[in-house]
Amino acid sequence: MFTPHTDSEREAMLRTIGAGSIEDLFIDIPAAYRFPKLNLPPVLSEMEALAEAEDLAGANESARDLICFLGAGAYNHYVPAAVDALIRRGEFATSYTPYQPEVSQGTLQAIFEFQSLVAALTGMEVSNASHYDGATSAAEAAVMAYHHFREKRTRFVLSQAVHPQFRQVVRTYMQGYAGLEFTGDEPTVDPLATPDSLTKLIDSNTALVMVQYPDFLGRIFDLTALASAVHAAGSLLCVAINPTALALLKTPGEYGADIVVGEGQPLGIPLSFGGPYLGLFATRKELVRKISGRIVGESVDGQGRRGYVLTLTAREQHIRREKATSNICTNQGLMALAACIYLSLLGKKGLRQVADLCYQNAHYAAAQIAAIPGFKVYSDAPFFHEFVVCCPQPVEEINTHLLDHEILGGYDLGQAYPSLKDHMLVAVTEMNSRQDIDYLVEALKEVAHD
Amino acid sequence: MQVLANLKYSSTDEWVKMDGNVATIGITDYAQSQLSDIVYVEIKVSEGEKIEKNSPLATLESVKAAADVNAPIGGKVVAANDGLGQTPEMVNSDPFGAAWMVKLEISNPAELDSLMDAAAYEKYCEGRGH
Amino acid sequence: MTEPTIYEMSSPGREGVTYPLADVPYTPLPEGFERATLPLPELAEVDVVRHFTHLSRLNYSIDGGFYPLGSCTMKYNPKINEETARLPGFAFSHPLQPVETVQGNLALMYQLQEWLKEISGFAAVSLQPAAGAQGEFTGVMIIRAYHKWRGDAGRVKMIIPDSAHGTNPATSAMSGMQVVSIPTDVNGNLDMEAFKSLCGADIAGIMITNPNTLGLFDQHILEVIEAVHDCGGLVYGDGANLNALLGICRPGDLGFDVMHFNLHKTFSTPHGGGGPGSGPVGVARHLVEFLPGPIVKISEEGTDEIPPLYGWTMPEKSIGRVKSFAGQFGMLVRAYTYINMHGPEGLRKVSEYAVLNANYLLARLRDTYHVPYDRTCMHEFVVEGRWEGSPVRALDVSKRLMDYNFHPPTNYFPLIVHEALMIEPTETESKQTLDEFVDAMVKIAGEAHDQPELLQQAPHITPVGRLDEVKTARELVLCCAIPNQ
Repeated sequence: MFTPHTDSEREAMLRTIGAGSIEDLFIDIPAAYRFPKLNLPPVLSEMEALAEAEDLAGANESARDLICFLGAGAYNHYVPAAVDALIRRGEFATSYTPYQPEVSQGTLQAIFEFQSLVAALTGMEVSNASHYDGATSAAEAAVMAYHHFREKRTRFVLSQAVHPQFRQVVRTYMQGYAGLEFTGDEPTVDPLATPDSLTKLIDSNTALVMVQYPDFLGRIFDLTALASAVHAAGSLLCVAINPTALALLKTPGEYGADIVVGEGQPLGIPLSFGGPYLGLFATRKELVRKISGRIVGESVDGQGRRGYVLTLTAREQHIRREKATSNICTNQGLMALAACIYLSLLGKKGLRQVADLCYQNAHYAAAQIAAIPGFKVYSDAPFFHEFVVCCPQPVEEINTHLLDHEILGGYDLGQAYPSLKDHMLVAVTEMNSRQDIDYLVEALKEVAHD
Repeated sequence: MQVLANLKYSSTDEWVKMDGNVATIGITDYAQSQLSDIVYVEIKVSEGEKIEKNSPLATLESVKAAADVNAPIGGKVVAANDGLGQTPEMVNSDPFGAAWMVKLEISNPAELDSLMDAAAYEKYCEGRGH
Repeated sequence: MTEPTIYEMSSPGREGVTYPLADVPYTPLPEGFERATLPLPELAEVDVVRHFTHLSRLNYSIDGGFYPLGSCTMKYNPKINEETARLPGFAFSHPLQPVETVQGNLALMYQLQEWLKEISGFAAVSLQPAAGAQGEFTGVMIIRAYHKWRGDAGRVKMIIPDSAHGTNPATSAMSGMQVVSIPTDVNGNLDMEAFKSLCGADIAGIMITNPNTLGLFDQHILEVIEAVHDCGGLVYGDGANLNALLGICRPGDLGFDVMHFNLHKTFSTPHGGGGPGSGPVGVARHLVEFLPGPIVKISEEGTDEIPPLYGWTMPEKSIGRVKSFAGQFGMLVRAYTYINMHGPEGLRKVSEYAVLNANYLLARLRDTYHVPYDRTCMHEFVVEGRWEGSPVRALDVSKRLMDYNFHPPTNYFPLIVHEALMIEPTETESKQTLDEFVDAMVKIAGEAHDQPELLQQAPHITPVGRLDEVKTARELVLCCAIPNQ
């Protein structure tokens, strides 16, 4: 299986070592605790292990079995077959972080291309090699802003329309720093407020202002005025994005964002129950040395051949130790590769097509749902591929009903925003045909009639 | 290794040049050679700021190491060589000249007494080897 | 030959994927929001497939050869893991689905929590942390939260041995702790005198990797744990080296309070060129309520016929969420598959053979390479890559190994060894492979004396030679030149 020694090889090795038995190699382990009996199920063969996993997987109803209108930070997109075919290659999947550049040029060039694509998509100058997911990218942005101002600015303004889990992770990451203040997302704040309403919270002690675009409720706002207010106070503006939406929309770079973060899962990464995903992180060149995480730069060898290498490593934990501003020592390698391949495959035209299908389908769905008596769609602000529906019944009940029709309903906003009880966040992508949408509408009509 | 006769030195490899009550501070030739090629300099203080002894003045990075430059004496910043950020290689090529980092108006001249003179510093470096 | 970048390969008008046309009424984009240009490349599918296939060939990988990278546990990654993680029921399930529709996922996660508890001797496990470094952060935040909850706010110092990974001090600093470093003694154990002098009312805890980064099991571990507990501190175990301990001993039994697992090391999930990893955290009973969540629990007990109903729970005094959703789920499926295919005896064999292989290499290299801390090692060991009378350094040995088609060991770590070469063979390598590696290492040691320039200019057969890192860091070209569109 996975340990290839034969009995005779094992004995020969022990003789070379000068040990009588394998047990002799463990004399440093306190005797009372040595060789515990583990209460684990007995070994399975490969075919049995697969069968067991199939049973578990089969106990789920996934977005393959159901028509999915659930988003809220993880989106059901089509992943072209070439993406998985390439990331499965052992040369990519079973290599380590590219510390030895001479034997890691594949990974390094792919990261360099990934950085280029993320910069191009977000309208920013530089990107890192990625973080764990969108939420940890957001947290790293807040930590970066804190250190950028040399720990002197202590106020962080978080829009309540930033993904609730992003905001939770920002707080978790920063609880070790004394005297910080987070504002903008208190429970009393109207979740439907616009980004401009944050302006009054920004002062000269503000390190970072974070908004989402499109926001958690799917809405799109012009960030020009907010960006001016942030910069007038000398603060940094962080915009959390959906990368698919940026195929259509003006970039955060154009609005003057200082940091762009985002969940990269829509770029060719399966839903996979929440992970592994991909943390996008881009910024202005001026701030590049403040970025945490891996960065790849173009280089040249002694013979003048172009190559790529991890650069700016003196920022990192293995050199700085307790003076490093982050402990991260990897990126989300294979997921960044998936996004790189996805963006290369779809390219200029394909990504725009996906975004346009999302936009068109979502607007059709919104119009159809708005026409059902008892349902109200929030459409005052422009939206991308998610929108808020006020429902005549608790969302949980509606979703139970929809499940009977093999539909995975939208996110229950009341879970994150008490004032949005009975409000559903509906996500529509290129995976939802007109037929699917009409079917959803019919199922919702039954609710209205109940 | 170059050690200039008229300067004072700290055990963490900063040099101090006194001109009246203004101290110019940089890192020594020994320090730059230990760090190897400097790729980044960030001066962390600005004019007018009051600095205590041992507080950070600058950060240096080579491809393999990072080092803080700390104030060998306290005082008020009267000039910071922010331009060094654009030309970090000067720290390697001219550590005692163009790569000065901060000028301080010193507050407590007695702090100078804790620093080494050139001969003592040279001996100190030899003792550390490589 | 240099592989062009995707931007250099781009041809205007090419398409890699097509999508159906919209069949719904057209809605125009809102005024003023449309971006002017989308500067992405334009390629056909075959261009993309060939490009990334070419790139893949420039990588060294476990599938391609021996990867004795110390502290990284580069064991073979079973292919079946890739199949199970991609089963549609797993791969297409949404993290926010109602629990009734994802009972398979929750059952798997619950089982994995239970297994990791059993393997480590801890009372509870959270699968949420995304990687080892995040697991460390989680663990230290738990220690911080515990002291704070007890009103013991003066505990601000974290003891960290000088042999530790850089992540340990970085994590402590991120968590608002002061780092106190302690030396290693001549036997490669913690210097007990220095250690005991630090134990006091300001100690939050100790972060200890055991076996440590020298590959040695600390011979005073029980004494260390007792001393930390006696002064009111907690013991953090860096699980980086758990591959030496499966079925050998359980950190929870030894008295560790909290530890992270690296599923990408010990439990064979692929390293992916730098991620995704997965860093679940296990804790002793008194820390259970501080774990990050959500965690999977049994909501309704099952019967012989009906399986239990699984659901989510957030521990009462949780440090909060450390990432989105519940963890790197795809990695959890792989680790689950791996444990299933080993059983208790198989897991013990993993560690036994990891330790056997390391000691075998150590025995065979000892006469050629100086071993600074020479005693029976666990799953890895450290030698020096330098010799009297030769200008060759550890880095040169590493680069020369590439010419012999081996991945180099870890260089320059731990920091307490001069010119360190840290070698971890793992259990999945055969005696033949280990012998071939020894032959190459011995040959290189000879070359270091006879032809040092051969090493100093190595590698000779790789796609590129040593790169100019200084120029890279000064000029900072971090993106392809993107044609103006």
